[in-house]
Parts: sequence; structure tokens; C-alpha cells
Amino acid sequence: MAILSKEEAKKIIDKVLAFSKADEMSVGLSGNRTGNIRYARNSVSTSGETTDLSLSVTSVFGKKSGTSTINEFDDASLEKTVRRAEEIAKLAPDNPEYVPMLGAQQYLETNSFADSTAAINPDYRAKAAFDSIDPCVKKNLTAAGYLEDSAGFSALGNSRGLFGYNKSTSIDFSITVRTADGKGSGYAARDFNDASKLSTASATEVAMQKAMASATAKALEPGKYTVILEPTAGVDLLDNMMRSMDARNADEGRSFLGKKGGGTRLGEKLFDERVNIYSDPQNLEIPGSPFSGDGRPQEKVMWVENGVVKNMSYSRFWAQKQGVKAIAPPSGFIFQGGNESLADLIKGTEKGILVTRLWYIRAVDPQTLLYTGLTRDGTFYIENGQIKYPVKNFRFNESPVIMLNNVEAIGKPVRAGGNLVPPLKIRDFTFTSLSDAV
Amino acid sequence: MMPAFAMGRNVSPEAFLEKSVDVAVKKRLADAALNAAKSKGASYADVRIGRYLNQFVITREDKVQNIVNTESYGVGVRVIANGCWGFAAVVDVNNEAQMAKAAEDAVAIAKANAKLMKEPVQLAPQKGFGEVSWKAPIKKNAFEVPIKEKVDLLLSVNNAAMKNGANYVNSVLFLVNEQKYFASTDGSYIDQDVHRIWPIFNVTAIDPKSGKFETRNALSAPMGMGYDYLQANPSDKITGVTTRYNKGYDMLEDATAAARQAKEKLTAKSVEAGKYDLILDPSHLWLTIHESVGHPLELDRVLGYEANFAGTSFATLDKWQSKNFQYGSKLVNLVADKLQEGSLGAVGWDDEGVNTKKWDLVKDGVLVNYQAIRDQAHIIGEKESHGCCYADSWSSVQFQRMPNVSLAAGKTPLSVDEMIKDVKKGIYIIGDGSFSIDQQRYNFQFGGQLFYEIKDGKIAGMLKDVAYQSNTQEFWNSCAQVCDEKDYRLGGSFFDGKGQPSQSSAVSHGSSTTRFNGVNVINTARKI
Repeated sequence: MAILSKEEAKKIIDKVLAFSKADEMSVGLSGNRTGNIRYARNSVSTSGETTDLSLSVTSVFGKKSGTSTINEFDDASLEKTVRRAEEIAKLAPDNPEYVPMLGAQQYLETNSFADSTAAINPDYRAKAAFDSIDPCVKKNLTAAGYLEDSAGFSALGNSRGLFGYNKSTSIDFSITVRTADGKGSGYAARDFNDASKLSTASATEVAMQKAMASATAKALEPGKYTVILEPTAGVDLLDNMMRSMDARNADEGRSFLGKKGGGTRLGEKLFDERVNIYSDPQNLEIPGSPFSGDGRPQEKVMWVENGVVKNMSYSRFWAQKQGVKAIAPPSGFIFQGGNESLADLIKGTEKGILVTRLWYIRAVDPQTLLYTGLTRDGTFYIENGQIKYPVKNFRFNESPVIMLNNVEAIGKPVRAGGNLVPPLKIRDFTFTSLSDAV
Repeated sequence: MMPAFAMGRNVSPEAFLEKSVDVAVKKRLADAALNAAKSKGASYADVRIGRYLNQFVITREDKVQNIVNTESYGVGVRVIANGCWGFAAVVDVNNEAQMAKAAEDAVAIAKANAKLMKEPVQLAPQKGFGEVSWKAPIKKNAFEVPIKEKVDLLLSVNNAAMKNGANYVNSVLFLVNEQKYFASTDGSYIDQDVHRIWPIFNVTAIDPKSGKFETRNALSAPMGMGYDYLQANPSDKITGVTTRYNKGYDMLEDATAAARQAKEKLTAKSVEAGKYDLILDPSHLWLTIHESVGHPLELDRVLGYEANFAGTSFATLDKWQSKNFQYGSKLVNLVADKLQEGSLGAVGWDDEGVNTKKWDLVKDGVLVNYQAIRDQAHIIGEKESHGCCYADSWSSVQFQRMPNVSLAAGKTPLSVDEMIKDVKKGIYIIGDGSFSIDQQRYNFQFGGQLFYEIKDGKIAGMLKDVAYQSNTQEFWNSCAQVCDEKDYRLGGSFFDGKGQPSQSSAVSHGSSTTRFNGVNVINTARKI
């Protein structure tokens, strides 16, 4: 019941819209089934499954809006929810930034649903955990991991004729393997729409190798180093930058995209010319939703092209005020790369540090997008194209803007956290202190 | 950051004033679940019937951006069957049959999980308390205050900031009420009413010529109080280089100061990197305590249960067993406390029916204890739980969460002014800023809101681009002076995250202003 078909969803939304007495009304209807299994110390600690189906109504009178939510679907409950949303709207203060709702839209076809993920049951999750724990037990290693899968739909409609429907699935897996003496730790993470692409055993094998290889770490002096950031390491810094591309903050002068003397850095070359970042809801490896939360179509958007800032994201209010197209923020991004694998990048490195994962990343200065954080779960010294030995973890203080001006090489992108991210070889990456953490 | 707990259904503010389900009805529902669990073979069961109310009033400059009112009501049933935990939750429960079904589901899950279990659960004994209740000692229920009054307050705060030089200001009022009913097969039926409030703002000042901007956040603390927190008496104010607040907060006054200080930051001196003696105000130090003491002493982290997400801990069992692990200098006394009035962690009983208490974590600098709940107490030789089990919703499984962890005030009379007088080269830091710590809680870096240079015992002016880096044990061993109890204040957060799926927990950390010698300070200015 949690996943309604397009027709079933439309029938409910149309029924709810018919109850409206407001100037405008929008209806959101979504449902999903989410399951998870968690383990630590080579034993399952928790597992569970929840289903949810809920309907949200937003009624608008003039510039006043009110929202009411319900998870009962008989006619009386639906009508009561509409009346409640209308009551809340009447009590609300005017929102001077209110923009009338969108009319009917054309949405792209995306393919974000996989039957293999929708069919997951507790037995699948138990086996996925066993496939990860068992090889660790056999090698006297300690596994801690988490798998979460979700299958659901999202539909929206409004009194101006807009209707959208999308079904999607996702599976996320992460594994940390530690040596029995606590001196080595390795990590791997995988995420897909289609569960048939996931092997918890092979991801665990990577984490096991890193755990064993990282056990006798040497201390290097902090300073500026050439680094190879694996996609699991680079993704969070890049994601933070992509989330900071809001046009209003830039126009207001409180963003890294704000310009001296006023205005924004749109159209300026801010990064190395090999940096190209775009989003595309139809990308086969990271298929996304065809619409944003407020009903805007998601389209292919170039954010950075040949190092030049090409687009920023807008709220509908700000776009209207500025007289530009209201480009919605993307759900995932694609950082274009070449064909070199991670192994190729290592091979081509005279001296450098391989970073598996960055941890506890926090903004230090929004003006320069300076972030701090630490390496974790597999940091290695590279010399003459080979991994020589594990090194102790570092704290970094670095800006993705500076980092993307210091690009040495860009490898072949792989999926990481819902994005496509290449391994990146960066010179002069700033490590400011050492950490004893394993 | 929008809180994870902004879930639940949207309701009208009037719905907040509707009474919760009667206690007699809750007892009947709870008994249905407990009896069903026992009849299906559970050796232990507990039931949490929860009604969670949240209100967020969100504004910027002269506009109300959003008012969000949510209510969530449901039941979580947890059991032990065949030596293993099982949990099931149901939304909008109103009859015994639903309760019995949830209990049966929980037992079935426990029995299924028991097949993968390595060791059966060992639960520390807990006496039943019968029918009891606890209510946060609030003077004014914030949910009874009309929305208009809250909107008017925030818009006047924004206006004060704009009039004093801010280019932009955002302000938010977060309100929480947890109405929690707990029952267990130990014979407890506990009804609790928990209130929290957090008024915050962020002021931005811009220099268009240089394109630079600076911000200053509110110096408020999230509190386990009612709307009375927004009534500041003169005795709640600590004057000095800027006014700080204790159990009453003057939001208007703080916003006025914030706008002026954000502007002042634009032309403040950029710090010269190096070693400084740091004087840390409680509005800043709470976060350092949270990250470098609160988290590493969570027993589940120490044991490896959080290895894949939050990490493990440097404070391993052998260090505790040695009885001589010098966590900090002799002045450092760190206390866990679930009783402290006005704090976020204060309740009568935790979410597994254990009466709350206060205990030492670090005494005279030495590590003496951890934070443990019923199924962990035996691991550290305790006969009973510390009473720090919590779930952020009826639908979440309760687990070990951080109690209030605080640095005890100095025993010798000492004011902030006297402390500053003795510092030759130092930085006085007020308010919390950027924060980051490694997965075993050794290496950390903290920013702040306001930084003042101290030269030869005197405040020499404002600094910017300041962050300090240290190692937990080194840092706490550099603790040289702690002001007395007159300066003691709470800080904290609504959003301490832990677990997979992640749960939020609200926690306070108290301290008096404290001095740490010879800490490494870096300059965070960059050019892009």
C-alpha cells in the first residue's frame, strides 16, 4: 500500500483538490517502505522496517499560507485536513515573498526505480550483513556496518493544474573494518538505485584490505601535500560547495560567489579549466527526481564549465525579483572526469598521500568556503607510483575553491553519495595538524 | 540547520493546547502491550506512549518566513525475548488491540534477531516506581503564548539589529514539548512533561567595497525552560567586554550588540598564529566539553558500537581500569548530571524507567567513569544504570545518550577580570563557532563568535580569523584556572546526533570561564 501507482495517486490528489475553498491549493502525497540493518563488533545490533504514506495540503489565501498533514485517507479525514490547512492559512501572517503556484509542467522521464530494491526483505538484509561480517570474522577483523534500503513514490498536484509523479528506490551501504588490536581501520561505501549492483562482500573486501594495510602508520609532518582524494573523500567537500551556489546569498554579498564592490561571480573563471560540473536527472548512473519539491522541472544544468561559474540556484521568489529563470538546486551532481582509474592516478604520482575518507567536515569561513576536517580509515604515503606505507591521520583546513585551482589530474567518476565524483589528484592540499585517531 | 525532529503532522497552534490522552487511558493501553509481550514469551517489556509538539517561528529582517507547528503521537514497544532486543512502533494508537499487535511484532523481531545474537542481553535490575510523574519546572508554557507575541518579539529583534548596522538578520524561535508516558514489566508507570526553548539569530555585516562579510550569532543557550527564559532580570546578565546571559536571555539587547560587533569584526585585526593562553567563556566552552568529554565517555562508543559512524574513543577501558589516567589537570572535575534544573537533559526518569542521577566522570583530573545504561552497566561493574537512555521519538529505539556533562566551578573565588589580569599573551573567546574532532576524539579544532586579544593582563581589542587546535588530553591538562560558581552558566544543543538511523538529542553543558595555557591558534583567513 505504501507505493501507490500514478493513477491511484492522481485520484486521491484530485479528490483533495475538489475540497478546496482557498485561492490556491497544493497537495503532496508520498509513501515509502524503508528498511535497515546495523551491525557492530561482528554482530547485528538493530534492524527494522517502517512503512509510511502521508498527504500534505497547503492552502493559500492571498499571501497567507497554511499546511496540514495527515496519514488517514477516508473522505472525511481528507476534507478535515483541507479545512485545517485553510484555518491555519487564515491565521498566518502575510508572506511578502509568496509566489503564486506553478501551472502544469512538462517533466523529463527518469528511471530511478528498481524492482530489485523494492523487493528487499529482512532475509536479504540479514544475508547482506552476513556476507560482510563473515569474511571479517575469518580474518580476525571487526566489522561495523549499516545498510538502508528504501522504495517509495512522490506525487504532487495543485489547483492550477500541475501534476507530477515519480517512483524511486535507493540502497546505501557503509562498512568500517578494524583490526583486532585497533591499530588499523578501513572503510568503503556504496550507494545505488538498483540493489542488484551492490555486493556487500566486495565492498567489505576493500575495507578489510585498507584496515590491514593501515595498521602500522607512520607520522608525517603536517604541511602542504599532493593528495589523491578517493571519490568517498572528495564528495563531501564538493557537495558542500555545490550547496553553497545559492544566487540570493551571492547577490546579497554573503557567499563565496559574492563579488567585491557588489554583484556576483557568475561568468567568472573560478576554477582550473578542467573542472566541469553539471546535473542531469536522466543520468543512468544517478537517476534523480524529475521535479523539485515545489514542482519545478529538474533539467540538465551546467554549473561549472571549463572552470567558469555558469549557473547558480534560485528560489522562485528571488528569480522573479531578479528577472531570471528559477533554476532549482540539483539533487545530485556530476563532476566530469577522464578515463584514468584510481590505480592509474597512484601510478602517476611521484610523492603524495592517498586519502580514503574525510570526516567531521565543518565550515570555518563561508567567505572563502574554508572547511576543516580529518582523514580517516585508510591514509597512505605514495612514492614513485606505489603505495609505500600507511600514515597517521591529518586534520586539514582547505577550501574546495582553492583545491579546484590546484588540480593535477582528474580520474574516472564513480557514484558516491548520489553524485558522480572522480578520484582527484590535488597539489598543495593543506594539512594543519596530526591526529592519533585510528 | 533544520532539525531532524521537524517531523510529525502539521497542526494549528491551538492543537498544542489540547490535553494529551488521560493517564488512566495510557495505563490501560500500556498494560495491553505489556501483557501481550509477556504472553508471547518476553522476559521484559517496556512501552513508551509519546506526544511530541514542536513549534518553529522563522523570520528574516522585517518578514516572517515560516511558522511550523507539528505534532507526533504514537507508541514504541521494546521487549527482550530469547535474550535479544526487539522493537516495534505504531502511529496514532488508540486501542488495546493495536498495542497488543505492536508487542507481538516486537517479540517476533526479537526472536528472529536472537538467531544472529552472540551474547544474551544482561539488564541491570531496576525497581518499579508505581504510578509517578515529573514535570519540567517551567514558569510560563511557551506553547500558550500567542504566535503574534512571538512574531513581534523576533521582528523587534531583527529591527534592533538592522538599526545598529546589520545588513541582514535571521532569527528563529524553537519550542519543544515532549509528553512522555513510560511503562514496563518492572512495575513503573511514569508520566513526564518536558519543555525546551531556543531563541537564536544570525546577524551579517557586509563591507561592499572589499566584498567581505562577517557574522555574529546569538549568545543564547537552549534551555529546559518555558517562555520565562526570554524574561531577563539584571541578575541574569554578566557584564564585561560584552553581556552574557544565565537563566534569562535579553534577545533584543544581544541582537543590538551583535550588529555592532559584526561590523567591528570587519576591521578587526587578523590573528597572528601561535601559542596563546585561552580564556574560554561558558557560551563557548560547552561545545568543547561536549565533543572532547561528553562523546568519548559514551560507553557504547568505547565498546565499538558506533565504529561505522560516529567512531570509537581514545578513552578505552584499560585507561579507566588503571585508575590513574590523567584526563586533565587536578582542577578538572567533569560531572554527568540528569537532575540539573533548567538544563536540557533534566528529567525524572530516563526512557527505560531508571531514576535520574548525578555522577563523576573525571575527578581531580582522573578518569573515573563512563555513561552507561541498563544493558551496559555490568560491563563497568556497576549494579545499576546511570539513567541516560533516550529515544528522540516514540518511533525510535531508545539507546545510550549523553547526559548533561559539565565542568565543575572552581573552588577558590575567582572572577573573569581577575583571570584576565594574569594573562600575558592570550585570547578571550566568547560564543561557539566552527567545530570538528576526530573519530576517537583526540584532535580537535574550534572557532567562536567573538575573539579578544589579551596583552599583559588587559583586553587589547578584537581579533578575527581565530581557531584553536589541540589534543583532548593535552588540552584538559593545560587547564590552569576555573572561575568560581558565580560565573557558572549552561550552554548546549538540541541537535546532538548519534546512531544509524541518526537520532537527535538535546543536551546541556555547564561551566564557569576557564583558562587553558599554551594552546595552538591558527589563522583561518584565505584568499580565493
